[in-house]
Amino acid sequence: MGAHHHGDGHDPNLAHHFESADQQYQSAKLGMWVFLMTEILFFGGLFVAYTVYRVNHPEVFVYGAHFLDRGLGALNTVVLILSSFTIAWAVRAAQLKQISLLRWLILATMACAFAFMGVKAVEYNSKWKHGLLWAAKYSHHVEEADHDRPTAATDPAVSPDADPNRSAIPPAAEGPAGLAKPAGETDDTVAEVEPENAKVFFSIYFLMTGLHGIHVLAGIGAMIWLLKCLARGDFDGGHFTKVDMVALYWHVVDLVWIYLFLLLYLID
Amino acid sequence: MTADTLTAGGDAAGNALESSYLNSGSGVLSWLFTLDHKRIGVMYLVAITASFLLGGIFALLVRTELWSTGQTIMTADAYNKMFTLHGAVMIFLFIIPGIPAALGNFVLPLMLGAKDVALPRMNLTSFWFWIIGASFALVSIVIGAVDTGWTFYTPYSTTTGTAVISITMGVFILGFSSIFTGLNFIVTIHKMRPEGMTWFKMPLFLWGLYSTAIIQVLATPVLGITLLLLIAERVLGVGIFDPALGGDPVLFQHFFWFYSHPAVYIMILPAMGVISELVSVFSGKHIFGYRFIAWSSIAIALLSFLVWGHHMFTSGQSGITNMIFSALTFSVAIPSAVKVFNWLATMYKGSIRLATPMLYVLSFLFLFAIGGLTGLFLGALSTDIHLHDTYFVVAHFHYVMFGGTVIAFLGGLHYWWPKMFGRMYSERWGQVSALLIFVGFNLTFFTQFVMGSHGMPRRYYNYVEEFTSLHRASTVGSYVLGFGFLIMAIYLFHSLFRGKPAPANPWGSATLEWETTSPPQAHNFDHELLAGDPYDLDALELDPAIDGWVRRDPRSIILAEGGGR
Repeated sequence: MGAHHHGDGHDPNLAHHFESADQQYQSAKLGMWVFLMTEILFFGGLFVAYTVYRVNHPEVFVYGAHFLDRGLGALNTVVLILSSFTIAWAVRAAQLKQISLLRWLILATMACAFAFMGVKAVEYNSKWKHGLLWAAKYSHHVEEADHDRPTAATDPAVSPDADPNRSAIPPAAEGPAGLAKPAGETDDTVAEVEPENAKVFFSIYFLMTGLHGIHVLAGIGAMIWLLKCLARGDFDGGHFTKVDMVALYWHVVDLVWIYLFLLLYLID
Repeated sequence: MTADTLTAGGDAAGNALESSYLNSGSGVLSWLFTLDHKRIGVMYLVAITASFLLGGIFALLVRTELWSTGQTIMTADAYNKMFTLHGAVMIFLFIIPGIPAALGNFVLPLMLGAKDVALPRMNLTSFWFWIIGASFALVSIVIGAVDTGWTFYTPYSTTTGTAVISITMGVFILGFSSIFTGLNFIVTIHKMRPEGMTWFKMPLFLWGLYSTAIIQVLATPVLGITLLLLIAERVLGVGIFDPALGGDPVLFQHFFWFYSHPAVYIMILPAMGVISELVSVFSGKHIFGYRFIAWSSIAIALLSFLVWGHHMFTSGQSGITNMIFSALTFSVAIPSAVKVFNWLATMYKGSIRLATPMLYVLSFLFLFAIGGLTGLFLGALSTDIHLHDTYFVVAHFHYVMFGGTVIAFLGGLHYWWPKMFGRMYSERWGQVSALLIFVGFNLTFFTQFVMGSHGMPRRYYNYVEEFTSLHRASTVGSYVLGFGFLIMAIYLFHSLFRGKPAPANPWGSATLEWETTSPPQAHNFDHELLAGDPYDLDALELDPAIDGWVRRDPRSIILAEGGGR
C-alpha cells in the first residue's frame, strides 16, 4: 500500500513495485505458468486414482464406459477446441487493439463454455434418471430398459477376440466376476453381467468431470471479469496481459477435457 | 492493533520512530487490507505465533496426561483428540507457513532491494486464505475435534464420527495459502533481482525459500486433491479408498506422503537458509562453500519427491519398492550433510559472537545432527521394522522439526527482530531463554528416543509401569521448554515498548535488508541498490557512535540516487 510516490508521468498500468511494463508482464506470465503447473498436479491426483482403480479393475471401466454418450462427449470436445481457438484469437485482437472484435471473441468463448455446460447438464441428467451415480447413490438396475445401453454385438468386452486392434486393456474375463461370458450373448444376457463395483466407475466419472466443470465455471467467471475490464477501457492501450492469462488458463481447461474424453468415453 | 501499540511504544520511549511501514497507515483495516509485504509478514508472524501457542498448549496437555499410567487428567478419547490437534495445528498452521510466510515475506523483497513481492495482491490473498483455513480448523475443534492423528489415514478417517470434514477443508484452504506464497516467491526471485545479483550472488536464505517454493507449488496440489477425495469419500461414498468397493486405503497413504514427505522439506529448507545467513554473520566470516549450499537446497527439494514410500515400509508394499525407497532415502543425507559441513567450515577459525541468534545456530547444528542421523536408522529397512510407530519416530521427527526448523525460526526471529520492529531485545534474557529451550527440548525428546528403542508405541494413551520415570522426565522437559518460551514472550514483548532503538545494521551483515532503516520505511529503500557479494563482511565496520555497522564505502552499493525502482 503506502508507497504512492510514483514518478511523474508514470504509466497507470504499471504497478509501483515494477521497473518496467515488460518486467510486470513477464512476472504475470511466469506466475500463471506456475499456477497452471499446480492445476495439472491437482488433476494429476485424480488421474492417478483413475489409473490405480483401472489397473486393479479393468472390467469396471469397460462396462461403465458404455453408459457414456460418445456423441455428446465428442460434441463437447469440438465445442471446447473451438473455444480455445476463439480465446487465442482474442489475445491477438487484444494485442492489435481491435477492441470490438475482442469483445465478440470473449463472448464467443463464453458461449462455447455455456454450451459445454449445457451438454454436460444433459448428460448428468440422463445419468441421474438411470441411477448411474457415484457409488453410495448408485441405483442402476440392469433389468431396466436402457436406451443408452450398448448392444452385445458391438461390445468387445464380452468378445475380446472380436477385434484384434482393440486397446491393451486386459480381457474382461480376467476380472474378478461377471464378465467372463462367452461371446455372442444376446442383448438380454449382457444386461445381467454388470461387474462387481461397476458403480465406482461413476464415482470417478463424476469426480473428474465435476472438478473439470468447476474449472469451466471459473473460466466463465474469468471471462466476465475480462468483459468488465474491457468496458473500463483496460485494453485500449494494447495491454493484453489479462486476456493472455485467461487464455492460458482456458487452454489448460480444454486440454484436461481432451484427456477426460479419451479416458472415460473411448475405452474400447 | 499491533500498529497502534508499536507506534505508541515509539512515542513512550521518547524517540518517536521516523516514518516507517509500522506507522504509514493507522487502524486495524490499514493492516488487514495492506499490500505491503512487511505488514503481511508481521500479520503472519502474529498468526503463526498464536498457532504455536495453541499447539504448544495441546502438547503440554498430552505430556501432562502421560505423567502417570491410566487416566491423569483426561479420558482416552480426549487424549486422541489432543495429540491429533497438536499435530495438525503445529504442522498446518504453524510450521509450514512459519518461516516462509512470516520471516520470508518480510525479508525476501528487502534482500532483493525491491519494493515488494511480484504479486502483492496474491500475497494478501494467501494471508486471508490462512485465516479462513485456520477458522475451519478451529471450528472442527469446537464441533467435536478430530481423533485420526494429523495424517488422516483411511479407513479410520472415513468412518470416525469426529469432525474430519471441517478440518480437512481447513487444511485444503491452507494449502492454497501455501501455494500462493510459494508461487509469489518463485516469480519474485526470478523477475525482481536487482542489478548485480546473479543467481549465485543471492543470499542463501533466498535459495532456501526458492527451493521451498518449488516444493510448495509441486506437492501441495496433490494434498489438495487427496483431501477432496477424502471429503468426497465421507460425503458421497465414492469408494476409491474403500476396500469394500474395490478401493485401496493404502492409496491414501501414497497420496498423503507424496505431499507430506516433501512438506517436511518445506519445513526444513527455509530453516537451513536462515542458518546459512546467521552462521556467516556471527562467525564474522564469508560463508564457506556457497555453491554447494545453494545446490544442496535444490537437490533436497528434488529428492524430496522420491522418498515418500519410506513412510510405508510396513504398509505391505513390495520388498523391491521398500529397497528402492530406502536407498533413495539415504541419498537425502548427502545434501543435508553437505550443508552441515559447510556451516562448520564457516565457523572454523571465525571470530564467533555468541549472541542469541548464534546460540540458536549452535543448537540447530547439534539437534539437527541428531535428528538427521536418527533418520538413517528409520530409513534402514531392518531397524525400521523394530522402530516404526514407536516414540523413536516421534523423537526423530521432533529433533528435525523442532530442533531444526523451530530453533532456526527462533534464530531468524531474533536476528531480524530489530529490523522488523526497530527495537533491540534483552540479550541476557535472550541467552537464558535459548539455554532453557535447549535443555528442555533435549530432556523432552532424548528420553523419547530411549523409550522408543525399548518399544514404547507412539500415540498410546497408556503404558507399562517400566516407562514411568522416562515419561516423567519427558514431561518435566516439556515444562522447562514451555517456561523458556514464556520468558521469550515476555522479553520480546517488553522490547517492543522499552527496547533500545535498533541501528540499521546491528549485526554487521552484508545482505541488502540491512541497508534500510530499522524498521524500514513503507517503500523500503531510498536508493536503487547494486547488489554485491552478500557475505563480504569485510566491507562493513562497527560505528560505536550508533552501536551499529556501516559500510566502509557507502556508495559502493548505490546504483542510482532516489527511489527509481
